[in-house]
Amino acid sequence: MRHLTAINRKAARVEQAVTAPAGDVVALQQGSGPPQQPEGPHIPLGCSLVFSPGWEADRNGGTAGLCQPVERDLFDCHLGCFWPAHVPDQLNHAPDWTSKCAAAQKDWRNIDLIFP
Amino acid sequence: MSLLGLGEFHAFGAAGQRFLYLVPSAAVFALDDPAAALIDALDTHNLSRDDLLAAVAPRFPDAALDETLTELEQVRAVGPVAAPPAPMPTIIPMTPLTPFPLTTMVLNVTNQCNLSCAYCYEYSEDKIVDTTNGAQPKFMSDETARQSVDLLFRESGDNAVVHVSFFGGETLMNFPVLSRVVPYAREQAAARGKRVEFNLTTNATLLTSEMIGFLVDHDISVTVSIDGPREMQNRFRVFHDGRGTYDVLLPRVRELLRRHRSRPIGARVTLTSQVNDILGIYHHLTDEIGFQEVGFAPVTTSPGRDYALGESGFDQMVAEFKVLADEFLETAVAGRHHGFSNVTETLEEIHKGVSKAYPCGAGLGLMGVSTGGDVALCHRFAGSDEHKLGSVTDGIDRNAQVAFLERHHLANKTDCHTCWARPLCSGGCYHEAHTRYGTTTHPNLHYCDWIREWTDICLRIYGELAERNPGFLTRFDS
Repeated sequence: MRHLTAINRKAARVEQAVTAPAGDVVALQQGSGPPQQPEGPHIPLGCSLVFSPGWEADRNGGTAGLCQPVERDLFDCHLGCFWPAHVPDQLNHAPDWTSKCAAAQKDWRNIDLIFP
Repeated sequence: MSLLGLGEFHAFGAAGQRFLYLVPSAAVFALDDPAAALIDALDTHNLSRDDLLAAVAPRFPDAALDETLTELEQVRAVGPVAAPPAPMPTIIPMTPLTPFPLTTMVLNVTNQCNLSCAYCYEYSEDKIVDTTNGAQPKFMSDETARQSVDLLFRESGDNAVVHVSFFGGETLMNFPVLSRVVPYAREQAAARGKRVEFNLTTNATLLTSEMIGFLVDHDISVTVSIDGPREMQNRFRVFHDGRGTYDVLLPRVRELLRRHRSRPIGARVTLTSQVNDILGIYHHLTDEIGFQEVGFAPVTTSPGRDYALGESGFDQMVAEFKVLADEFLETAVAGRHHGFSNVTETLEEIHKGVSKAYPCGAGLGLMGVSTGGDVALCHRFAGSDEHKLGSVTDGIDRNAQVAFLERHHLANKTDCHTCWARPLCSGGCYHEAHTRYGTTTHPNLHYCDWIREWTDICLRIYGELAERNPGFLTRFDS
């Protein structure tokens, strides 16, 4: 800040908060931000390394946030991820959920929502 | 087009510099001239961004006004104005995490006293706790004192340092228990890898050389309740037979001050309609007796008592506070110590940017124990069933505590919501409110004007020091 001068400690913290570089919000980010999140590496995981139908891009059109569980839980978590996401129960309730999806690269649009 | 208006703050000037005290963040910012001009331009009416910049631009043709305005918006000194009427500021009630760790336990080691001060909140007409014979034990037992210490450690969470305060009654009337629980608390602290600090409040009339030796050896902070020179001290602070106490305590206090050098010894003065010569009292207690710190507080009383400070009494009090505060400022600018502790305490809170949801730690990190072992909000309520929060045997009643904290959050004090001094005041003392309004939940509205005036005085001192001797303020960093 060039026109306001922080005088007390709280003002210094306010200044720090408003002038901090905005940065990308990256899934599983270890990095910069509030004090409880010290700087660290961003490790790409799961769907950012493999082809995951429907989730080639994150909600901002980029690739930085691909591993958000909320964005993965439809299909990929069901196949290969450790994340305990809410996917259809293919043993009992929706055994045919992926039956129209022979090849994920071509047929992923055929996977639909399931309503219990 | 959306309009910009002023945010919530208190503007003040010091040492030729303009400052803003922002609410509720409690941040203090200094303004450059263009920033001050932008604030001034919004003082009378709200403007669109373009109109505001155009209004100020002729005076500062070369300034980066847009950037200045952005900074003012970032710290919320300026912000968009909603459709009129402007909304009340939102205060989100959030009870602290529970169980909230204890920092301080105040032990009322006795409710007996060898004095009969007419204004005493514990025994006068305004008393809360039933102190009639037999209603409460007169003295705290060794066992209860030890249990109080145990409870403090048990509930202190991750706090590395805890504080044990001794209070009364007259604390020294139960010196035997006090002298045994201090080493016990030290042992307990050592066993738990914590540190314990002690302080004690006394009228000093029973102080002996042996007691002073004990206080020195155990590094116990001492606050002496004393009202000033002989005629003022003897006005209310008298023995049961009406004799004044000044001549009895003076040699004892002098010995205490001479021998106890490891901690500042403070004097605590109660201001009344008859005892209000603040400058005279201060200089007597510091220059003539030798106290390092003097704190003043108006007597807690319901209105109408003859010793209560009236409207004009408060005005005079603030006026004299101001003179003494100016003296503090000049001393501090010169880098020397001044003992007017009301200023020191407020400066520390301003420096840290304290923004309180509760006026004090009572019922939060601090609790008081009665002679019988009941735990209450603080020492002033210890023994009152209505304000009980548990006991040393059964522990803290966390449900009662949460209920208390929910009811007393600043969010529930509607009167405070538009006051710029609320980050520091938060409605004021529960006991004062209970005495004045019959309930702890009521903000102390009879204090508002002088709290704001006093806060403004301290903000100006803070601003002056920030400009003229910023090194002085670093003492508040720890």
